[in-house]
Amino acid sequence: MTRVRLLMWQVLVGVTLIGLWQLLTTVPIFGVTLLPPFFFSTPEKVIERIIKWFVEGTIWKHLAITLTEAILAFVIGSLGGALIGFWFARQQMVAAVFDPYVKMMNALPRVVLAPIFALWLGLGIWSKVALGITLVFFVVFFNVYQGVKETSSTLVDNARMLGMSERQLLRHVYWPSALSWMFSSLHTSVGFAVVGAVVGEYLGSAAGLGYLIQQAEGTFDVAGVFAGMTVLALFVIVIDLLVTKVERRLLVWRPNASAERI
Amino acid sequence: MSSHDASRSAAVTLADVTVAFRLADGGVFTAVENADLSVAPGEFVAIVGPTGCGKSTLLNVAAGLMTAAAGSVTIFGEPLGGINRRAGYLFQGDALFPWKTALENVAIGLEVEGVDPRDAQARAQEWLTSVGLGAFANRYPHMLSGGQRKRVGLAQVLIRDPRILLMDEPFGPLDAQTRQIMGNLLLDLWTAERKAVLFVTHDLEEAIALADRVVIMSAGPQSRIIGNWTVPLPRPRDIFEIRLEKTFHDLHREIWGVLKSEVMKGYQQSAGSMQGAAS
Repeated sequence: MTRVRLLMWQVLVGVTLIGLWQLLTTVPIFGVTLLPPFFFSTPEKVIERIIKWFVEGTIWKHLAITLTEAILAFVIGSLGGALIGFWFARQQMVAAVFDPYVKMMNALPRVVLAPIFALWLGLGIWSKVALGITLVFFVVFFNVYQGVKETSSTLVDNARMLGMSERQLLRHVYWPSALSWMFSSLHTSVGFAVVGAVVGEYLGSAAGLGYLIQQAEGTFDVAGVFAGMTVLALFVIVIDLLVTKVERRLLVWRPNASAERI
Repeated sequence: MSSHDASRSAAVTLADVTVAFRLADGGVFTAVENADLSVAPGEFVAIVGPTGCGKSTLLNVAAGLMTAAAGSVTIFGEPLGGINRRAGYLFQGDALFPWKTALENVAIGLEVEGVDPRDAQARAQEWLTSVGLGAFANRYPHMLSGGQRKRVGLAQVLIRDPRILLMDEPFGPLDAQTRQIMGNLLLDLWTAERKAVLFVTHDLEEAIALADRVVIMSAGPQSRIIGNWTVPLPRPRDIFEIRLEKTFHDLHREIWGVLKSEVMKGYQQSAGSMQGAAS
């Protein structure tokens, strides 16, 4: 399928779904409106609301806050995950000691931490950043750990025969290997950073996309809820596109990364 | 050079080397037993043996990547401790760094020694040209064919100018024609600057065509060196042509007479162990 045709189909699916939504909320079938606008709003109203947000400019502040939280969570979480993952992979003793605790922490649903973070760090951005970090950290941690552990032994032997010291081995072999695994989980970790920010905002804050949605829900403003969700979805798609760009730049040496470019 | 001199200043001497591994079930697996092998400076020695006979193990011992359970390893008269710094090793599998371009892969051996990166890259470019890949400097390994990757590997090892070259079935994964082309390339490079070469292969023809001396190992485990033939073919050699000569055929027949029974033994053992694993 060519790109243009694919795009056509994708647009068609979207238009059909929105059309159905509009139809079922506005046109009664046998005297019954299947989707009462009070519960389901209408596409018209949702779009109207989004345009209003952008025209009045109120949305920018919320977007900026959510973006800041997500970026901070991503950067701090990745850095921590990469460093500790690397350390654990090189120090088997440390990894063995901490293993049950890492598993416990990872198994814990992160939402339950949100109120605690709000209590510790207040209702500003840092409680949301902290929540995002707990999500991003583990994704990066496990990938980097695996990446270092699964470095090809032939590669390590070759590096040693080429005269590399332990430090050079870390820099030229283990680190690039770990980073390539980390980059391949970029989509997941960036997604989690956004999730952490929005869920944190939803549970208690004064700004951000999560706050916007929560406020709308509190006043049974369904159009506001859907509008917030739509903006959030678009926001995530734009970020995902950027990540794909960055990923291709960073992983040029990977076979599949360059094949996808065709 | 008298044989006495040769043994004293040999590039590689393995004396009575035994290599054993501890198995997961607590037993001990002896891969190689009482191996004696010496490679003179500038000599090309090929080790041939059936699959699983411990040829690569012996090479890893000479490289310092593995330690012998008994016996001694001497490199230019000095006992080997740790990695063999005077040896270059061409591996059987892919050993290029996938995240480095061909040029960076070749230059790295100099860069880790502290050579200025610009100088290292200039010399790497020269080496890539001499293995016929001057135009491929900026390709990543996955963009190169198997033969091209082996050429980069050869340049990566040779740029450090090792006095000993260890090769573990380096052309094994390549197709027949590419193997012969690579063999000729190797001989050209070796003629220009004679290094001591220890070349492991399961292909007897390749061994005779390339080497000054062919060493045969018995089927494993506890494999031993069971034969040692000097190859009387003149140099320079062309691998495509040399296979047609009578001397080549006579030697091949003679060595194959010994090797054949070991190959059959090795095959039966590996078939037997597979049955064992299945049951």
